[in-house]
Formats: sequence, C-alpha cells, structure tokens
Amino acid sequence: MRRHLVLRVTTKLLMPFILLFALYVQFHGDFGPGGGFQAGVIFGAGFILYALVYGVENARQVAPDPVIRVIIAAGLLLYVGVGFAGLFLGGKFLDYNVLASDPVSGQHLGILLVEFGVGTTVAATMITIFFTFAGRGQDGS
Amino acid sequence: MARQEGGRVIEIVVDIVLLSFLAVMAVGILRLHNLFAVVMLSGIYSLISASLFVTMDAVDVAFTEAAVGGGISTVLMLGTLALTTDRENLRVADLQILPLIVVLITGAALIYGTLDMPSYGDPQAPVHQHVADRYIAEGPTATGVPNIVTAVLASYRGYDTMGELTVIFTAGIGVMLLLGAGTRRRKG
Repeated sequence: MRRHLVLRVTTKLLMPFILLFALYVQFHGDFGPGGGFQAGVIFGAGFILYALVYGVENARQVAPDPVIRVIIAAGLLLYVGVGFAGLFLGGKFLDYNVLASDPVSGQHLGILLVEFGVGTTVAATMITIFFTFAGRGQDGS
Repeated sequence: MARQEGGRVIEIVVDIVLLSFLAVMAVGILRLHNLFAVVMLSGIYSLISASLFVTMDAVDVAFTEAAVGGGISTVLMLGTLALTTDRENLRVADLQILPLIVVLITGAALIYGTLDMPSYGDPQAPVHQHVADRYIAEGPTATGVPNIVTAVLASYRGYDTMGELTVIFTAGIGVMLLLGAGTRRRKG
C-alpha cells in the first residue's frame, strides 16, 4: 500500500485529528460518552492506520516494541497503584475519597487516573497485537 | 402527546430496520465462502449493533462496539487472512439431523426464556431495584463526574474495571508469547 499517494496523504492529514480525538475521548469521558477503553482503541487505531499505509517497520520506529511493552504494564500498574494509594492514605483498596482533601475531588482525581491507566494499557495492547500479527507476515515466518 | 406517539412509531420502525439488517448480515456471513467478504460483513454487523445501542441510548456501549467490533476486530481478522488464506475450505456435508434438532431446541428455549423477561426500560425490572437508584441519585454529586457510566465503571465498579483491564493486559501478553514479538529476528 506504500505507493498509494491518496491514502498516504489522507493518512498523514487524519493522523493528528485521530490522536487528538482519542485524547478528547479520554479526558472528556467524565462529561460525555467515552472513557479509557474507547480512547485507547482510537489511539491504537491511529497507529494501526499508520502501520497499514506506511508499513509496520516505519510504525515500529514511532512506537518501538520495548517502549510499548513498558506502557502495557504501566497502565495496569497505574490503576493498581491508585488502588494502593487509597489503601496507604487510610482508605480501602480503590477508595478514591481519601486521594484529595475532600471526597468529591478525590473521586474525580481517582477516576481520571484509573481511566488514564485503562487508556494507556488498551492503546499499547492494541498496537502490540496488530504489530505482532502484521509483523509475522512481513518476516515471512 | 401525539408528537411523542410519533416518536415511538419512528423508534420501532428504526429498530425493525436495524434488526432485519442484522439478520441479513448473519445469513450473508453464513452463506458466503469468500472470507474477505465475511470479515467485511462482520464489521458491518458490529456497526449496525452499535447503531442499535445508540437507539437504546447506550452511547458508551455503542462507542465501544463501533471502535472494537467494527474497527480493531476487522483489522485483526484481515491481518489473520493475510497470514492464512481468504478462501474457506469447502466441505459439503449432508443434512445433519441431530445438530439441527439441538439448535432448534436451544433456540426455542431461548425464545421461551425471553417471555419471562421484563419489558425494555421497565423501571420495575429486578436489575433496577438493587443499587441502580443509589448510583443515579448520588453518583454525580458524590463523584463529581456527570457521566454516570464513567462514575459506575471507574468508581463504584472499580474492581470489575481492574479485572477487565487485566484481561486486556493478559491478552496482549498472550499474543506476544504465542506469536513471538519478543523473539522476533531483526532484519539485516
């Protein structure tokens, strides 16, 4: 697909909007439809589109395997970490009330953080799964 | 009042159209042997399901269905086709009586089961009698998050969402281990 000029240019134009929309869905999920899962999938879809049009090897240079692998774990660790933070601050596991000075802003902060953890793990997992599938075909293995 | 009635009629018409589209897609998927077309049809199936969720006012679910079912799954299935083949291995089987009976009985049992279910959106349904009232009443003020779906997912049901995230994490690790992203030979 590397020689299709229209696809290449369109992908390049769409790319920033897809990633920006993913971030919007991520951080606006508190107020409208959306959240970590949807945002992660959209963010991953952006990378997948790039890999489809420009080739997996080029996409891997933007998102190297070791970095993506760390991000997969980091998102889940952030989620669990928020849970333990509640534990250490005198609440229960995943109790966001104690994260800030008053319960409501603590809840808001906790939800924001765990949704971010969900988004990063989902995005990195989607990218990894696609790269693994597509990479096999290219290696001829 | 008449306006509201008109809205309900349109809603029913939209539901019937979307559901019959779903049935057509399912039959198409069954009958086609070109797997590329089957993957495309299943993507459309997901998109129509997402539209159905929108008519049920479940925009968050619709969003997920459109992104995961319509987008990522289709791309992954296409990737699988690129690795394997896009022709189905044809095996013309005789009419099997026993499987047909099992399918008919299961289908009849499922339809019989739906007769007992509360009607759609019934506030007296058992699922709305437990904790839903409390979530709706105090959710936005207790969490400071106006979207109740997000409040329930991330706060009230935080454990469940953590489990879901672990599932996705495990899926990623599993694909890496099985298809060998870690031991991939570098070019050159």
